[in-house]
Amino acid sequence: MRSWRKGAGKIALLIVLSTLTATLGGCASGKAGQSDLSEITIGIPQDLDGLDPHRATAAGTKEVLFNIFEGLVKPDAAGDLQPAIAENYSIENGGQIYRFALRSGVRFHDNTEVTAEDVKYSLDRAAGLGGGEPIVAALSKIEGVEIKDAHTVEIKLNTQDTDFLPYLTVAIVPQHIEDLEKQPIGTGPYKFVSRSPQENVVLTRFDNYWGEKAYLRDVTLKIESNPDAIVMDLQGGSIDMFARLTTVQVDQLSRDQFTIYEGTMNLVQAMYLNNAEKPFDDVRVRQALCYAIDPQQIMDFVSDGAGTELGSSMFPAFTKYYLEELNHTYDQDLDKARELLTEAGYPDGFSFMLTVPSNYTQHVDTAQVLKEQLAKIGVDAQIQGIEWNSWLSDVYSGRKFQATVVGVDAANLTPSALLSRFVSDAGNNFCNYSNPAYDEAYAKAYEATNDADRTHYIKECERILSETAANVYIQDLPEFVALNKKYTGYTFYPLYVQDIAKLRPAAQ
Amino acid sequence: MSQFLRRMRKDPYLLTGTILTGFICLLVLWGLICSPYDPTEMDATARLAGASSAHLLGTDHLGRDVLSRILYATRVTLWIALGTVGVGAGCGTILGALTGYYGGLLDETLMRIIDVLFAFPSILLALVFVSLFGTGTSQVVLALGIAFIPSFARVVRGEFLRCLVQPYVEVARLQGVKHMRIIFVHILPNILPMLFSSILIGFNNAVLAEAGLSFLGIGSQPPYSSLGRMLSESQAYLFNRPGMVLAVGFVIVVMNLGFAFLGEGIKRWAK
Repeated sequence: MRSWRKGAGKIALLIVLSTLTATLGGCASGKAGQSDLSEITIGIPQDLDGLDPHRATAAGTKEVLFNIFEGLVKPDAAGDLQPAIAENYSIENGGQIYRFALRSGVRFHDNTEVTAEDVKYSLDRAAGLGGGEPIVAALSKIEGVEIKDAHTVEIKLNTQDTDFLPYLTVAIVPQHIEDLEKQPIGTGPYKFVSRSPQENVVLTRFDNYWGEKAYLRDVTLKIESNPDAIVMDLQGGSIDMFARLTTVQVDQLSRDQFTIYEGTMNLVQAMYLNNAEKPFDDVRVRQALCYAIDPQQIMDFVSDGAGTELGSSMFPAFTKYYLEELNHTYDQDLDKARELLTEAGYPDGFSFMLTVPSNYTQHVDTAQVLKEQLAKIGVDAQIQGIEWNSWLSDVYSGRKFQATVVGVDAANLTPSALLSRFVSDAGNNFCNYSNPAYDEAYAKAYEATNDADRTHYIKECERILSETAANVYIQDLPEFVALNKKYTGYTFYPLYVQDIAKLRPAAQ
Repeated sequence: MSQFLRRMRKDPYLLTGTILTGFICLLVLWGLICSPYDPTEMDATARLAGASSAHLLGTDHLGRDVLSRILYATRVTLWIALGTVGVGAGCGTILGALTGYYGGLLDETLMRIIDVLFAFPSILLALVFVSLFGTGTSQVVLALGIAFIPSFARVVRGEFLRCLVQPYVEVARLQGVKHMRIIFVHILPNILPMLFSSILIGFNNAVLAEAGLSFLGIGSQPPYSSLGRMLSESQAYLFNRPGMVLAVGFVIVVMNLGFAFLGEGIKRWAK
């Protein structure tokens, strides 16, 4: 009997201990916070894929290199392009010739002055004009770069394109540097100090910067590869800032210690439908789904109501093109949805496969709420989670899917970055959307020689996408940034950019 | 049955194993008969709510009742464990019996294939099969089941080799009893206790492997849940709602200990 009791006690202890081990296993303590406000540690979600600004492809790398390198022009916080290395520019011959007057006194981080030769070298390198493939594909439109005088550079395109300026944010690099991977020298407000793979990247303020100098002197970018450690590291003080947190992570941070900035991710989250696949080849079915769902309810569930409703493939950061009224093309109306389904020959609804990249919590959660909403009109969405690489190969490239929930962002601030994929024969038209009226409107927008006409046709494209219910548009996801109260000044960009130079110590 | 009860009084392992497994079975029954809520029902007004009389264990980030989800997930996990071990033990026993009994070229070929399979960790093997069959509960059962075959085949083959030289088998052979009858009627019942305890260990491995696969997002698909997926979901709010991780972790631990003790108890009893 005694041994029996001893055994039971041991077993109870074992249960408690193993439960604790299972739950506390992931905890790790952070270092104590620094007191010197001239430095800051910022958490970034992944290591950089390179330091050469022309070759870097990951958005997470580009947002860091934004602080080190600059182009002839550079976006500001409103998304407008401001002259940077160039002092001013003019566009001539209907968009075939771009002439830049260089700013004098702009220095590289090694204190050599930027010359017209450096500009020509950089553009030639990125556009592949010295032979070989262009490193930056979009720059293949450049026919030649000509040095007019010591302070003037002229870029000639092989076609007319009045919308080419955003591509000229491409980094200007010094001609005398052999290997940019080892010596990433640019003209930005911060210069590169060191890098430890999978650990950190260290930057320091460049004191001879031509523009408004950065406030904080030393910046360490710490790689936080384990998303579960982010909240702990923020609270423990080993990082002072982290961008793109989820609502769940934000809820766990103390408001006394952190300022939470709320912005939008600048992407179009939608249930993208394969327009070539039954039953979504029928416009009535697609419209029925649009009438069945309620984006506001999705936002309430997924992010406490934060987020911006969308009605077409355009998000509000494009102030000139965004059409808010399209959010109301399909206000929730279940009767209308059922009616449309009956008309299309599905009076009892149907079942379809909803493929979701399982690493994106917000998309998986959205899919679960969609499933509930669609069930009300008898449509059964079977959720299938797949890993991100399979999503890219099967859904995005292979187009083997019925419907998927994902966010599509804009590679640069031109509306074509969002709209070109819906042209019938576009290579990245993963929704297989095909509509001659749309193709025509899109072509007209890009043939237009004046801005008013172009804006008109771009809005026309948005309206067509909305009216034909190309996809079930949901929202522009909210983005949360946590910044330690010791600092202030975080600024959102309508692009994938972290501008460290704007951060400053909070007034004591 | 009365034998079992008598044995239980003497052996704390068998007793705790039975109690813990019984507790899990009660959870499953509770979920089947009177689950407090539909496990997929969402409530926007009660997201991440704490424990209350309406929601005994609170709600998750989509306002779903955690208790109902745990009851449902326990059932899913238990079914996956049973199915996996069914496939693994079923095929493994047949393979092990044939190779152990006949020996020769058949034995050499099959055992070398099994050795190769053994070289891979079973979770890795399951991952390969999942990528072949696709994701989903029954696919996971099949994938894990196949990954479990080698270990069962090994155990059964060893036992068969041991029994083959026993006098009762030799006598049966000399009497000209048919091979199949010797395998299934003379030898198999004699190795059952050994097999049974490996089956219970297999249950545990299956529960953990499924938790691992679901944790990676390739087991059961949302909005439905298994214990592993729930654990993975709940770690996101470890700080403001630690109760959910603890509750799910507790059920997994109880289930595993229950099977482990039951297996150990039966093994001791057989001796």
